[in-house]
Amino acid sequence: MDTTATAESAPDTSAPKRSWITYNPNRVAHTLNKLGLGYFSPFVRLIGRDEPAKQIREIAQNTLLPVTAFLGFIILWSIFSSVIKTDSVQIPSPHQSWYALTGTTILGFSHPFPESINGEEAPYFSENSGLDPKSINGFAQAEKFAEKNYLNSQQERIDSYLGKSRASAADGDLEKAAKYKENAKMFASKSYSGNKTFYDQIWISLLTVSIGFLIATIVAVPVGVLCGVSPKFNTAMNPLIQLFKPVSPLAWFPIVFVITTWGIDTPPSDSIWQRALWTSAGVVMLCSLWPTLINTAVGVASVDKDHLNVAKVLKLGWFKRIWKIVLPASLPMIFTGLRLSIGVGWMVLIAADMMAQNQGLGKFVWDMYQNGDTMSTAQIIVAVFVIGGIGFFLDRIMLVFQRLVTFEDQNV
Amino acid sequence: MRTKQTIQTTVAAFLLLAGTTTSEADLLDVEKDTLKFGFIKLTDCAPIVIAKEKGFFDDEGLSVTVEAQGNWKELLNRVITGDLDGAHMLAGQPIGATVGFGTQADIVTAYNLDYNGNGITVSNDLWAKMKPNVPMEDGKPVHPITADSLKPISDAAAAENNKLKMGMVFPVSTHNYEIRYWLAAAGIKPGFYFDPGTGQVDIPGFLNGDVELSVTPPPQMPQTLEQGTIVGYCVGEPWNQQAVVKGIGVPVTTNYDIWKNNPEKVFGVSREWAEANPNTWIAVTKALIRAGHWLDAAPENRIEAAEILSQPNYVGAPFEVISNSMTGTFEFEKGDKREMPDFNVFFRYNASYPYYSDCVWFLTQMIRWGQITEQQPDSFFKEMAERIYRPDIYMEAVKELIDDGEFTEEDFTDAYAAFDGGGYKPATTDFIDGKTYDGSKPNEYIQSFKIGLK
Repeated sequence: MDTTATAESAPDTSAPKRSWITYNPNRVAHTLNKLGLGYFSPFVRLIGRDEPAKQIREIAQNTLLPVTAFLGFIILWSIFSSVIKTDSVQIPSPHQSWYALTGTTILGFSHPFPESINGEEAPYFSENSGLDPKSINGFAQAEKFAEKNYLNSQQERIDSYLGKSRASAADGDLEKAAKYKENAKMFASKSYSGNKTFYDQIWISLLTVSIGFLIATIVAVPVGVLCGVSPKFNTAMNPLIQLFKPVSPLAWFPIVFVITTWGIDTPPSDSIWQRALWTSAGVVMLCSLWPTLINTAVGVASVDKDHLNVAKVLKLGWFKRIWKIVLPASLPMIFTGLRLSIGVGWMVLIAADMMAQNQGLGKFVWDMYQNGDTMSTAQIIVAVFVIGGIGFFLDRIMLVFQRLVTFEDQNV
Repeated sequence: MRTKQTIQTTVAAFLLLAGTTTSEADLLDVEKDTLKFGFIKLTDCAPIVIAKEKGFFDDEGLSVTVEAQGNWKELLNRVITGDLDGAHMLAGQPIGATVGFGTQADIVTAYNLDYNGNGITVSNDLWAKMKPNVPMEDGKPVHPITADSLKPISDAAAAENNKLKMGMVFPVSTHNYEIRYWLAAAGIKPGFYFDPGTGQVDIPGFLNGDVELSVTPPPQMPQTLEQGTIVGYCVGEPWNQQAVVKGIGVPVTTNYDIWKNNPEKVFGVSREWAEANPNTWIAVTKALIRAGHWLDAAPENRIEAAEILSQPNYVGAPFEVISNSMTGTFEFEKGDKREMPDFNVFFRYNASYPYYSDCVWFLTQMIRWGQITEQQPDSFFKEMAERIYRPDIYMEAVKELIDDGEFTEEDFTDAYAAFDGGGYKPATTDFIDGKTYDGSKPNEYIQSFKIGLK
């Protein structure tokens, strides 16, 4: 869009004293579009009173249609959940899933997981948090209380050993006194070795996928560039790429497992850098590097001949030619590849976590699957939404980068 | 009684000096204080979970994380690689690993987690066919239900070349040997891992069998049964009670009826780990003994344990299901709930002591079914048992606990008797077929079986 035209259409005369006089709805809307938040641009245009009627129409359309579709989905889901059930398993209802997340019922609804114990209603809600401790949120809350209890009992241990130390000192046994003091110090240095909550697991998943994606990028971009600039190298690599590209993460797992077992020393058990995390990241890497590699190769191979001729005229060296001409020109394709890669990486992560027993979302799903409680299936549904949501979020981030390096689509 | 008197006097004097009523004693100098233990979602992981939740590990100055594992193989692998410091293991696992059936590794144990706790469940369909063959009394089946009632059905199915398929949890698991024992006691051949005639080795263990036993992870048993892939299974709790509560199968017998007070799970560590961390091993065993003792100390402790185990990060099954077996009852056919006070034993009958004879029994079964392909002299069993089972560590822990004033020597009369008597249980006939088992004469025992390699 032409910037002069934008400036002219801005309502800059209405309230000269206000500081947002320079507010340029078109520019903001344009930025939002670039950030992948195009949904909000009618709102900012409306605030700027840029064709209000049109904006309202657009908002209605952009909001109402998805909301209607989502409601339709919820209704279908409810119907399915009441139909698809066997003696041992069932599809949880939306209300059950909500309960599995929050640990509370929606006001006015009866308990979604009626369970009786010897004829009496089960004690659902924790005295501490008022939430069902088996739900995702309730469990996280229960962990906080458990930590508090731990700290209290640890304090008792410290006091007791300090007491013993004083008693031994009074008794003249200085060696023992020092030892007890040492023990007390040891207890004081301990921190709570708690259980991973769902929220911890989200972070571990994000960390794992980031590592896998980072390594994949470091491998895929240079190899892709080489494939792009050298047809011979490309011919050499092609069979390998075609062969390994379609392999499932489940097949990669045992191989990566062997490599990480061989190559990584056992970390301390409270470290976040568990071997399982590296195994999982390795599987993500092997599955997600192909789109970047192929897109980079194609991008590099299709750099405008004129650009390359310029490089020739300037007598640029090989590295300079790659760095100054080829890479910048192929950035849009590379980023398209990266965006596809992170999508693939996130998708295979769940399977990789399950196989490697990495403490991420895949492990959560697997554990819940094994629990055999009705609520655990509902927690899997929650995890599905979270996994989808994060995948969407990651895609948006990559989209922003992709748009930032793409010059052709300024009008998008 | 040994030095009991002196110990009590010292403890009393000590408490007086310390001016405190708690009984923390001198801590062991542990080599490694941050540990991670693995378990499989089964109620018999309880001592590990309880030791953590009740702070028994913390008392020893150990920071322990307890992590659910996907399956037995994975768990064993992670103990071998050192990702896990120790784990809840099938009693047969350290033995299978040491003799090299499946994964070869040196695994040792100083703590027996529990006795009994398994059941055999069949599908509703199969039960309907078996029931007419089961002797009844007052409208209820007479227990124990033997596989005699299954024999005609399995014969008919085998004749149609449609062998009955059943599930067990792992090739070297107690469940595999128990369901085999149960079947073979009634003349049903469960299939062999080795045929001495042809020299053929069969990894799945289907050779010359009347039924096919295959591996299914415990938590998937009920679903696999419901889907019809198998018609019966042998598994630990809560997965038998789950089947009857949800109405998809009928538990017909428990391993208590197959062999009273049989060893079930152990706490296994790798030999390498044990050698590098001797004090830590003793400290962990101390905490586990306290947990086992707590579990058997009072009925209300079992209720609390069932509540803890039903947390999603532990076993995660509904409280209702877990408490059924943990509190000493077992529901067979729907409504046929019977008292089984010894269904889960963690400490009583000296259950946590690692008896050599228990190790030997597993070895005899491995030979019987061809997992160990060569016949062995009696000395082999003894050597293996002494290599894998470490009652000396258990007794060290006991001694520490007594020194701490946490327990008295009376609490461990049986353990001292066992240790001083050589570590073998006396010969027993507590089996479903009434055979005599004497751990010191393994070959005689192997010879006594009609079905089995010898």
